[in-house]
Amino acid sequence: MIVPAPSLPLPSEAKRRPLVDMRAVSKMFSTGTLALSDMSLTVQSGEFVSLLGPSGCGKSTALRIIAGLGDISAGSIDWPSSRINARGLPEGDISFVFQEPTLMPWQTVFGNVHLPLKLRGISRSSARPAIIEALATVGLADFADAYPRELSGGMKMRVSIARALVTKPKLLLMDEPFAALDEITRQKLNDDVLKLWRDTGITVIFVTHSVFESAYLSNRIVVMKARPGRVHADFPLVTSLSRDALYRSSEEYRQACENVSKVLLDAIGSGEH
Amino acid sequence: MSDVTDTRHSAPPTSAPALQNTPPLLAPNARHKHRDLMLKILIPIGVVVCLILIWGISVSVSGVPQYILPGPLAVANALYTDWGTLFPALLITAKITLFSLLLALIGGCAFAIFLVQSRWIETAFYPIAVILQVTPVVAISPLILIYAPSTQSALLICAFLVAFFPILSNMVQGLKSVDHNLLNLFELYGASRWQTLFYLQIPAAQPYFMTGLRIGGGLALIAAVVAEFAAGSAGAGSGLAFRLLEAQFRMNIPRLFAALLMLSVLGVAIFALTSFIAWLTLHRWHESSLKREN
Repeated sequence: MIVPAPSLPLPSEAKRRPLVDMRAVSKMFSTGTLALSDMSLTVQSGEFVSLLGPSGCGKSTALRIIAGLGDISAGSIDWPSSRINARGLPEGDISFVFQEPTLMPWQTVFGNVHLPLKLRGISRSSARPAIIEALATVGLADFADAYPRELSGGMKMRVSIARALVTKPKLLLMDEPFAALDEITRQKLNDDVLKLWRDTGITVIFVTHSVFESAYLSNRIVVMKARPGRVHADFPLVTSLSRDALYRSSEEYRQACENVSKVLLDAIGSGEH
Repeated sequence: MSDVTDTRHSAPPTSAPALQNTPPLLAPNARHKHRDLMLKILIPIGVVVCLILIWGISVSVSGVPQYILPGPLAVANALYTDWGTLFPALLITAKITLFSLLLALIGGCAFAIFLVQSRWIETAFYPIAVILQVTPVVAISPLILIYAPSTQSALLICAFLVAFFPILSNMVQGLKSVDHNLLNLFELYGASRWQTLFYLQIPAAQPYFMTGLRIGGGLALIAAVVAEFAAGSAGAGSGLAFRLLEAQFRMNIPRLFAALLMLSVLGVAIFALTSFIAWLTLHRWHESSLKREN
């Protein structure tokens, strides 16, 4: 309680136009499954939002829709503060980190991080400073010439994050990025993402099925429920402590986990009926 | 309970991931590697030498006449004395094989890229490629001989038709087997169709291409020989297949063996070349070129 208040989005930032504005979005797969029903979500700049829910609740689908991947069946989605290109998608402001590292095995780490810039027509040499900077952010500056197969799972994920950061996006979308990693690596990467969020002011939408992860990372939690996927609860998570090792062992964190857990259980329970 | 969480969380695990993240940079024992390589070369050579010895001894012991089964020495002698006839024929067969393989590579890859552009294109054109493949090449070679301007070009067309399909089908498979998340990523970054093709689909298809290349290389040689048998060409511009038939007609069995030997050496050379190209492109990154270590 003595620790100074952490950097939360300031009230003045709320006046700015939202980054993402989803209104009553539904998504039906070609198989006839209703993946998402009537979902509305507005994300402001600087937020760290967790989409939390059981598997099959449509949280990954929602994230893909926010990224502009795939069509929606009903409703509308807009990116009010982004430049919209000819295909109706936001240009250059959104990056995506998948559950798997999704690296090109035939390219070095450097080549993989170069990709988003290469697709914009920026050559290797002019992209070099940005690539080295992105690699340094994730602590992999020395591994630029390594191939993905030479890296561990955690390092591959860092490369994936570096690739997402190299375009300096406003919005970082992460789809259960650390689910396949061991506990120790996952905690380290969670801390890295938090530091990144604090240092750069980037907005993060983070899909997870872990109560502990969402309570540790986010300042807003959207709990979803399944069949069909929809929003069950949407609430802020304000803490007086800064999120670090101390917070992890604090009573406040334990309380937050318990609260989030309750809402999630409620979502699972009510989803069964 | 808080004690437990304390010990688990208060020590930030920085050193553990660093250790575990170190890539395997240490090279395996150099002497071991050297010995492995020697054994890899010596063992097959030893087996071949043994087989030749058994062949030579059994021929001389049983007293089989040379016009039925010549010994290794007689074959070597024929190779030496008939070099002037056999070597130009080898060059011609090699030329037809490699040129048809090259054409099949270009044609197969281009057609594969065309096919994967849309599902409709594939539905419309793939059956034609299959029909070309399943029809035995020997059966169409008389037709090709009629239409083609020269025997040489007829042989080329036959060998091309045979080598074309494995390259096409492997390439189509490769171009379509791209990680869906990588495709999503390219879409997210607004990649054009050409960028997706050149930066993603073609590199991802490399291992499949190499498989097609290896199969196609072997088949091109077989087709070049079979087509020449079917064509029954003769004279100065003939390949090794004609020299084989000729030696058979003349009951010159040592020469027949010598020609056969040349064909297998050519086959091995093509296999080695295609394997080397595959190793060169894939050894840095693809699982097929990596040694498994546990």
